[in-house]
Amino acid sequence: MRYFVLGLTLVATLVVSVLGFRGDISRKPPLEIFPDMDRQPKLRPQEPNALLPNGRSSQLPVEGSIARGTPFASTPKNTGRVSGVTNFVELLPVKVTPQLLARGRDRYAISCLPCHGAQGDGNGITKKIGAMGVVANLHDARIVKLPDGELFHVISDGRNLMGGYRSNIAIDDRWAIVAYLRALQRSRLGFEDELSAAERAQLK
Amino acid sequence: MPLGFAPLFFGMSDIFPKWTNRLPVWLITGAVLVGGAAAAGVTYYFTNKYANVGYQPVQPVAFSHTIHAGQLGLDCRYCHNGVEKSWYSNVPAASTCMNCHNQVLKDDPKLTLVRNSYSNNVPIAWTQIHKTPDYVFFNHSVHVNRGVSCVHCHGRVDKMDEVRHEKPLSMSFCVDCHRNPAEKIRPPDQVYNLNWQAPPGFAQRDGAKFVHDWKVNASQNCSACHR
Repeated sequence: MRYFVLGLTLVATLVVSVLGFRGDISRKPPLEIFPDMDRQPKLRPQEPNALLPNGRSSQLPVEGSIARGTPFASTPKNTGRVSGVTNFVELLPVKVTPQLLARGRDRYAISCLPCHGAQGDGNGITKKIGAMGVVANLHDARIVKLPDGELFHVISDGRNLMGGYRSNIAIDDRWAIVAYLRALQRSRLGFEDELSAAERAQLK
Repeated sequence: MPLGFAPLFFGMSDIFPKWTNRLPVWLITGAVLVGGAAAAGVTYYFTNKYANVGYQPVQPVAFSHTIHAGQLGLDCRYCHNGVEKSWYSNVPAASTCMNCHNQVLKDDPKLTLVRNSYSNNVPIAWTQIHKTPDYVFFNHSVHVNRGVSCVHCHGRVDKMDEVRHEKPLSMSFCVDCHRNPAEKIRPPDQVYNLNWQAPPGFAQRDGAKFVHDWKVNASQNCSACHR
């Protein structure tokens, strides 16, 4: 009898161990009884760090310093402005290729689509749930007429209620979005000389 | 010879030496020790406490992935915008939250920490859930750029109000996929679509082709991850 109770206890412990808690929700951090060098005293990004006064492992660059590989020159590509003056560049300073447009479409879908909508008409999900006050319709004439450089500038630093995406979208990708936006706008624009003579006659 | 005379010739102590008297005690003690060790080992190494599955800490801000990624359909990369370029997938800066929350719920007390972080430059102390051991070098960008979806390691985050540790992320979990990458690979435009299901025969046909065309080298060498 004694052996039976003992065996039963062991089996019960095993069954509960294997099946009982597996996958259960636990609010407490996982137990790590044997350290196994799992946690080493090195810093990983975005971790707390008691060494530095602001307590972060990821530090901002020192004021005025430029990280390796960061674009810094005041070229039209980096600023969207004509070198030396504050005017925006009229046309994209990058070569427009099918790859660039595809990339722009991809990036537009990530960062712009939630508000401006897949078609750029401002009917994104935020409009549907009534979350945002005003979302620009990118087909508005005033936006179509903006120079490319200014679109780049708006993506980078925002305008009115829109926040800037400078830190979220790389420079090349911002230009790709501008290129794609132009393609979107073109899809709703037509010029008189693109029509046949017969169609033009109907217009009048 | 009648059996009753056997003790006269052998003697009982020759068949069962004296130490056999303590045998039952030893057996019981041994069983308790071995069984206890097995139970403890299983509890420690096999349950969620060790494999981390089910770990769902209370976060400082009640951010819901169900709402943002599920209902609103935001792309993972709207917030985790470094994942394609970096070995780690970043937690977004407060400015990313404020792109919308400067208007949405802009006075809501639930977002006090976010606003404080944005205006006073104080980080939000999120609790990290998915932690590989420090001797494992996992690179997010190389996986997501080669058709391995977020969902394989993180589960349906778009259905989690509070994020929990869904997959064990043990070594065998990694190695299973590295042995047969075609099984888990998907078209690059479906990596962030957590709902995507591979059509029948996809792994054999397209998966194998992706692995070949993209020169996917899912190495099983120790130094692939332990460097």
